Amino acid sequence: MRPARLTVIAAASVAAALTAVTGCSQKSDAGGDDAIKVAASDSACDVSKTEFPAGKVQIDVENKGSKVTEVYVLFPDARIVTERENIGPGTKASITAEIKAGDYEIVCKPGMKGDGISKKVKATGKGGAEEKRSPEMDAAVAAYRAYVVTQAEETLPKAQAFADAVKAGDVEGAKKLYAASRIGWERTEPVAESFGDIDPKVDVREDGLEAGQDLEKDWTGWHRLEKALWVDNKIGDREKQLADTLIADLTDWQKKVGQAEITPTSIANGAKELLDEVATGKVTGEEERYSHTDLVDFKANVEGAQKAFELLKPIAAKNDPELVKQLDTQFAALNTLLDKYRADQATYEFTSYEKVGEPERKELSDGVNALAEPLSKLAAAVTK
Amino acid sequence: MTESDSAAQQPQQQQQQSQQDGDGSATSSAAAPSRRAVLGWGGAGFALGAAAAGGAVTAFGGSSDMVSAAASGASVPFHGEHQAGIASAVQDRLHFAAFDVKTKDREELIKLLKEWTVAARLMTAGLPVGEGGFGGLPEAPPDDTGEALGLKASRLTLTIGFGPGLFAKGRFGLEGKRPEALVDLELFPGDNLDPARSGGDLCVQACADDPQVAVHAIRQLARIGFGRTAMRWSQLGFGKTSSTTPDEQTPRNMMGFKDGTRNVSGTDKAALDKHVWVGAGDGSDWLTGGSYLVARRIRMNIETWDRTPLQEQEDIFGRDKGEGAPVGKSRERDEPFLKAMKPEAHVRLAHPDTNNGATILRRGYSFTDGTDGLGRLDAGLFFLAYQRDIRKGFIPIQRNLARSDVLNEYIQHVGSAVFAVPPGVRDKDDWWGRTLFA
Repeated sequence: MRPARLTVIAAASVAAALTAVTGCSQKSDAGGDDAIKVAASDSACDVSKTEFPAGKVQIDVENKGSKVTEVYVLFPDARIVTERENIGPGTKASITAEIKAGDYEIVCKPGMKGDGISKKVKATGKGGAEEKRSPEMDAAVAAYRAYVVTQAEETLPKAQAFADAVKAGDVEGAKKLYAASRIGWERTEPVAESFGDIDPKVDVREDGLEAGQDLEKDWTGWHRLEKALWVDNKIGDREKQLADTLIADLTDWQKKVGQAEITPTSIANGAKELLDEVATGKVTGEEERYSHTDLVDFKANVEGAQKAFELLKPIAAKNDPELVKQLDTQFAALNTLLDKYRADQATYEFTSYEKVGEPERKELSDGVNALAEPLSKLAAAVTK
Repeated sequence: MTESDSAAQQPQQQQQQSQQDGDGSATSSAAAPSRRAVLGWGGAGFALGAAAAGGAVTAFGGSSDMVSAAASGASVPFHGEHQAGIASAVQDRLHFAAFDVKTKDREELIKLLKEWTVAARLMTAGLPVGEGGFGGLPEAPPDDTGEALGLKASRLTLTIGFGPGLFAKGRFGLEGKRPEALVDLELFPGDNLDPARSGGDLCVQACADDPQVAVHAIRQLARIGFGRTAMRWSQLGFGKTSSTTPDEQTPRNMMGFKDGTRNVSGTDKAALDKHVWVGAGDGSDWLTGGSYLVARRIRMNIETWDRTPLQEQEDIFGRDKGEGAPVGKSRERDEPFLKAMKPEAHVRLAHPDTNNGATILRRGYSFTDGTDGLGRLDAGLFFLAYQRDIRKGFIPIQRNLARSDVLNEYIQHVGSAVFAVPPGVRDKDDWWGRTLFA
């Protein structure tokens, strides 16, 4: 968590949100013949036209299936142009959006889960087209976005389990669930940080509050609960309340991640930022100062960085094979080093950071530097 | 002084000269380009660096080991028979760094030393490393961190040393090349050594007139090394405590005393050959022209020292505080009459006459690293001594001092390291450690 900081992945969700004018649920009446009709069922996503003029576009959806569905319009890199959730079986919904010329996908998700069924569509005519990127760059961005979305989706149930334990007043149970509830977040933190408002709510540390903020009132999120569990060793009404707040904020995060502005460069720099997180907060033991579960976060940060690297590797390998080799080596070395601190590689049961001595912390810090320095050159290797 | 003084006052003229003398005939004292001016020429920067370095060889490649005390801002030649930063005139600022080698691959280590040499060659000429500090790809961090942009070379010298760990069996195949004289120091009485401030596989001593230039240099090397080396410890120093140029005043240490008046002069070739440079027959051919370095972090109990009566302070050192004259003499450089001093006086115990002629070249710096948790100044002397053989240089002297020196009540050795310091980098094709890995 880094308070008040501009990330490379700018808070572009705002810009994306502006593109989507409205997603109202009124019955289709204004659209008439110009509207794109989407017939969604449990197994199909039929689109009435695959080419339409750029500009203000209306999409009329009818759910003919038996499951609740949702419909997305996506950029080629999987970023969301607009979306409409919770379209019940047998109901209709209308979506209006400003769509520039370019290629898109309309996706129906029966059951509101999984990849859904997609149809390629094209907006033609005037209206500035999206900046063209190579197909492999789009593929990398789309895959990374899918990763980020999946991480958020998988985090919620884990966070819910943690919140439930807190609400049940189960201190020991909550302690056991705490670190695992953060893994998905830690893997994709640079994207989460791009929505300036969520990170300070869920991941701020006691000393991260700004002047004028009240520790009792304004400190929310994981670390507030961490302190209650490990330092106070008790759960009160406030903590139970905060468990609900955490889930509400993480739900907000899950909704927004699909809209984040993601570029090949921001993926690469995001990977480096994950290592920076480790270098500044984890190797020092500051991040999890009460629970000492820093190594779980550490591992998750490295995993997130490695995922980003793997996705960009085909592009980087063409421009800078030496760098790719170096990164492969250093990722492997750091993972080997981390594995020393867990008996079972299938779990995230890491040694308490309290028990990691100064020389070992130095070794971990050296490993992070060895990886982060070449990783800082990945963005250049991708854009060359 | 005069020649280099006037040169430094006319940097523009120098640069033009260096530019014209692109064939390498520029003299070393002329090679003092400002970083900003060089950058302004864009791509010409590297070429100038090479020319300046080439010129340095011309001026330095002769028999003289001496580098005159140049004006602040000038550049000290990087190439030569011996590494600069030993006998060359002592600058006022230090950043000393010890590194652990992390790679297990001999070729990787060699590659690193070559990369370090290239960077050192540029930086000692006042140039940024790689593509510089700005103007490159916007998506990438610049090659040079940039805090020395616009600053002059500031007489930066970079001196590398190889620690005992490098010669360990099964590491880089160097076990047969460990010089006998590179001994692991015994624990002297009173030592309170902190492992986190001791040892190291490699060291780099950066000395400059501008602390920012010295710190910048170490930072770039550390950065280039990440993954292959890791910084083990480092020490900033200010206020040189000894001089290799006897025409200058002997600087004072943190206790307010002049110490090391009898230091080896950088111009005394005979003394250097006898006491500092490793000779051809000394046992390790790869080290011929090199030296041995002992680094000790000596903490001073500043507060108690300051409460010590003047007479006692002067008795402890064996010199007066004002002039620095030995007991019974009137001028600092008067030959000391050791028997006039208290038997445990520092100067008497450290003097070559008390140690069968043992002589070392000192290059120490004062340090103040803020305060300790008790509010006491964490200050003292970062002692650096170069010698031809540690067994005949530092060890007998320190044995003597550690046993009896009355100064011990006010000092404690808290860090320690030894290094074999290879000979100089001869030319632009040569690199730090070539003779060792040959």
